[in-house]
Amino acid sequence: MSEPNKVLETFSVNGEPHEVAFLPHKTLLEVLREEMGLTGTKHGCELGECGTCTVQIDGTPVLSCLVLAVDAVGKDVRTVEGMACGSGLHPLQDVFADLGAAQCGYCTPGVLMAADALLRDNNSPTREEIKQCLAGNLCRCTGYLKIFEAVEIAAARMRGEDAQPSEESIYGAR
Amino acid sequence: MLRLPPFTYHRPKTAAEAAALHKEHGKQAMFVAGGTDLYPNMKRRHQVPTHVVSLQDVPGLTAIEQLPDGRLAIGAMVSLTTLEKHLQLLRDYPGLAHAIAEISTPLLRNMGTIGGNLLLDTRCTYYDQSHEWRESIDFCMKKDGAICWVAPGSPRCWAVQSSDSVPVVCAMEAEFELVSTEGTRTVRGDALYRDDGIEYLTKKPEEVLTRLILPKTGGWKASYLKLRRRDTYDFPVLGVGACVWTDAGGVVTKANIRLGGAGSYAIPATESEKLLVGNQLTDELIAAAGTAAMKPARTMDNTDLDVYWRRKVAPVFVARALAACK
Repeated sequence: MSEPNKVLETFSVNGEPHEVAFLPHKTLLEVLREEMGLTGTKHGCELGECGTCTVQIDGTPVLSCLVLAVDAVGKDVRTVEGMACGSGLHPLQDVFADLGAAQCGYCTPGVLMAADALLRDNNSPTREEIKQCLAGNLCRCTGYLKIFEAVEIAAARMRGEDAQPSEESIYGAR
Repeated sequence: MLRLPPFTYHRPKTAAEAAALHKEHGKQAMFVAGGTDLYPNMKRRHQVPTHVVSLQDVPGLTAIEQLPDGRLAIGAMVSLTTLEKHLQLLRDYPGLAHAIAEISTPLLRNMGTIGGNLLLDTRCTYYDQSHEWRESIDFCMKKDGAICWVAPGSPRCWAVQSSDSVPVVCAMEAEFELVSTEGTRTVRGDALYRDDGIEYLTKKPEEVLTRLILPKTGGWKASYLKLRRRDTYDFPVLGVGACVWTDAGGVVTKANIRLGGAGSYAIPATESEKLLVGNQLTDELIAAAGTAAMKPARTMDNTDLDVYWRRKVAPVFVARALAACK
């Protein structure tokens, strides 16, 4: 089969229009990273088995490695690059950094996208609800505990509470 | 990086148009719903359609509709997340709602559809691998090769039925609405599936699965129980769907038990079903029906977990699934 022609489409990514030419069989992950230069979204297994390529489409977290870019045209795509509020970090990013909830950091963009969608629907999730929400995002470094704790603290801060990580979380048990 | 092979992408506006497009391109065409099964398979070159026909623009396929006779019709493109949270499904069909919530991960359930899960490709240790991995063993008969590596003397493919919704939907005797260029037809439960790892569906390739139609509630209870290594991600290595009909006195009038993840289709546990009919669903009877399910659970060594252990726990899982139907 001969290679099909590129198509020219305008995407809305993080509230900004991006006009891009790409082959119609390309995934959203490929177009985000390779055509738009938005490399915050990571590529991992590319088979739907790891969650690191998670982005939000119309607010719903999905795997960009399994979405055709053409199917995201006309929709509101949000990536980790769109999380920061002006020059400040999003509360989730802030706590992830404070707590060391990111170690190698490769899963972090996907985890942040999934957790952000959870907190939009539920401002005080239980530990179990956080676990369920992140059940599609693999992390091979942290053992997840710091991630769960970071989401809890970020949720509390977003509710206006002055939540801080415990000393043990930062320095370990004495 | 694993990339999709090039293809022409179609987004027809009706089911009949989708069927016609598929018919026009024959074996070069495949339907796509959520893409969570097809696209990984295409990346590993299990399927290489040059025409991909998306059903996302077909109106009505995302509807959930109560039919006048009390049945519930679910559009094939309804997402699994929508269904696992759907109040009517949770209230009236908790067994199916539970099975759907057990599928894969929340991210994949946001994308995956009920239609796609019902038609999920069969899976096998020797098939669900990269192209290079499969090439290194000279492929298998399901794709590109001649031999079945699970049973090298076998004339057939033993890839495993791995959908969580299929065993419980078959047990419930739900119906499937299929649309083709020749019109619409309905098939019930088991009749959609075949005991073959390659040709695992009876539907014609160009037929579009448009709706899953659940039976009227009342007089029966269904359940689903899944065995897997991790509580997320994994496909079932055993998935028991059970449905038990009882009369006003609690006597079983009919029972369907289907074993998923144990063969190329959802296998009926016929002897267990026979034991139940005409009796009260007592703990002793449930245990006996469970024991009788060991024989049809003819597991093979082509999924995760130990093959003999998977067979040994089938009675336990069948008994637990039946207990949930009490």
